[in-house]
Amino acid sequence: MEKINLEYLGEKFNQLQTLNPDEFISSVRKEGFHNFNKKGLPTYKNEEWKYTSVSDLFRKEYHLCEDEANIEISKSDIDEMRLPGHENSNELVFVNGKFNGQLSTIRSSEKQLIILPLEEAVNGKYKELVNAHLGKSNLFVNDGIHALNTSFIYGGIFIYAAKGQIIENPVYVYHISDARNNHILSQPRSLFYVDEHTKLQLVETYKTIGSMDSFTNEVFEVVVNANAIVEFYKIQNDSSNASQVGTTHIRQIGKSYAHTVIVSLNGGIIRNNTNIIMEAQGNEAHMYGLYLLKGNTHVDNHTLVDNKMPNCFSNEFYKGVMDGRSTGVFNGKIYVRPDAQKTNAYQTNNNILLSDGASVNTKPQLEIFADDVKCSHGCTVGRLDEEAMFYLRTRGISKEHAQAMLLHAFASNIIEQIKIEPLRQYAEQLIVERLTEVEAEG
Amino acid sequence: MLSIKNIHASVEGKQILKGINLDVQPGEVHAIMGPNGSGKSTLASVLAGREEYEVTEGSVEFLGKDILGLSPEDRAREGLFLAFQYPVEIPGVSTTNFIKTALNEKRKYHGQPPLDAVSFMKLMKEKMNLVEIDKSLLTRSINEGFSGGEKKKNEIFQMAMLEPKLTILDETDSGLDIDALRIVASGVNKLRDENRAIIVITHYQRLLDYLQPDFVHVLLNGKIVKNGTKDLALELEEKGYDFIKDQFSMQEAV
Repeated sequence: MEKINLEYLGEKFNQLQTLNPDEFISSVRKEGFHNFNKKGLPTYKNEEWKYTSVSDLFRKEYHLCEDEANIEISKSDIDEMRLPGHENSNELVFVNGKFNGQLSTIRSSEKQLIILPLEEAVNGKYKELVNAHLGKSNLFVNDGIHALNTSFIYGGIFIYAAKGQIIENPVYVYHISDARNNHILSQPRSLFYVDEHTKLQLVETYKTIGSMDSFTNEVFEVVVNANAIVEFYKIQNDSSNASQVGTTHIRQIGKSYAHTVIVSLNGGIIRNNTNIIMEAQGNEAHMYGLYLLKGNTHVDNHTLVDNKMPNCFSNEFYKGVMDGRSTGVFNGKIYVRPDAQKTNAYQTNNNILLSDGASVNTKPQLEIFADDVKCSHGCTVGRLDEEAMFYLRTRGISKEHAQAMLLHAFASNIIEQIKIEPLRQYAEQLIVERLTEVEAEG
Repeated sequence: MLSIKNIHASVEGKQILKGINLDVQPGEVHAIMGPNGSGKSTLASVLAGREEYEVTEGSVEFLGKDILGLSPEDRAREGLFLAFQYPVEIPGVSTTNFIKTALNEKRKYHGQPPLDAVSFMKLMKEKMNLVEIDKSLLTRSINEGFSGGEKKKNEIFQMAMLEPKLTILDETDSGLDIDALRIVASGVNKLRDENRAIIVITHYQRLLDYLQPDFVHVLLNGKIVKNGTKDLALELEEKGYDFIKDQFSMQEAV
């Protein structure tokens, strides 16, 4: 099977356990490593990974847990990836999966936002929160790749968004993989605790430096309390040697509002797990995704909405355009547990294939154990609307331009869901650039 | 201006046009009439360049150029305009932006610079008044949620903006009430001049009452079987197509 170097990982794991012996985190890691050894990396045979093979990526040897002292990332490396609106944001830099305080800029006051290294948080004022919530996603995502992240929890952060605060400065997270000398496995792991009556916005983006491969195996766990609002955005526009599995695990433990948007444009193999766990009555969640793919890029959006309590609402809307030999996957799982009466859960996935080599697999998965619920799902896979193309062309608009106009129209109602204005404009510009490329190549 | 010679065309292997000849001079209005399935809309599609239609024989010259080898967009840029029988709704594409793009692509094709925003708005306003179209329609997505009449009016508005040399109105009267028909027809009439020609495809006489064609042609089973003036349209209205069919089948038999 895969040529994953278990010996190397074991060595690194033992090293980490010895050097960072915090009792609680060590025990979480230990359980993670146990699970990883038991399950191994997921292959096509695992139903959840049927269309996305990460084990193939491990045929090469990745380096892990490189010492922060050796990092040679400069401010200018980060400048290149700063997202519009950054002047007003808390910019958190992760290098090879580890939070780097020196390169980061925190603009919110401590009254609003506490940002601490996980290892520090677990021993101080927030010990109880970390103990109570770190690692809870393991119950829902219990595959080997998630366990691998858990095995190496180190260098992440704990974010506490204080009660009753509208956090005006969004949190921008820059994930950098330094693949100049080695293939790099980055495994960021963080915990967000959003207290009552609070609003927090988070934006993540990724960059691989160097020509070797990077693999980012990320897990962000988010706990949302009553009357809080969280918005999570991801812009995935890294190079083709950059692959990732990113899990955003949001638990709405009080009646709250979650909003996620993932925009995927470039990369190698990308798997996004977006999980919403409805642990309180009356929760609301909106999940959006746009994937505009070309070349060999593979993007797999797996969503999970687990309705454990009554009266929750969720809406998922994912759209994709595949060109070249790119592949898309959408898998939307909705659980409605026996207690979750009056659940409203909707799901839509629309896809356009631009080339014969492109493909998409889309699959809704509804498991309903309550009787008074409204759930719907719909998916489409098709080509561009030929009638609309012809109509535009009969007005003198070139085929390429007409295609770009139609695709832009297709994509725009997802982009509109980005509520941070400079970021929305940036995403809009990326889409326009991508569509002009298609135009130029076409 | 337009010279159609012995056009044969098929779609999905089925022969629909079986040798059509038609000459249109600048300033003329030609009506093409005929029963359902006679090939009227196919002729419009073939002229506009719809790709599903295969021309198996014959030629079409427009302003001295063979246009059968041209893409739909190049035909449009050369000055051909098809007003659709069923204008397409395109959600997410603003009408104004669409018309601006179309106009500027045409200008570029003719080596002209793009219109600046002010001139464009001025032109829009002028043509809006001309065809009596509501401004609010133009801020919406193309034809999205438009009524039948609004869609047809939008077609005539686009025609006014693009100033084609030859316009083909493909059953523009279908689905219109009397008032909408009058507004659409008067819009078309205002755009007529001695340099422009119009081909009106229709089932009925009523649009022709307003447009007063110079020539009327009857299409039957993929061929033009009768040519005449506007009196022919009146005769058809009175007697129906059957009398032509009868006449034609008798001729065939002979």
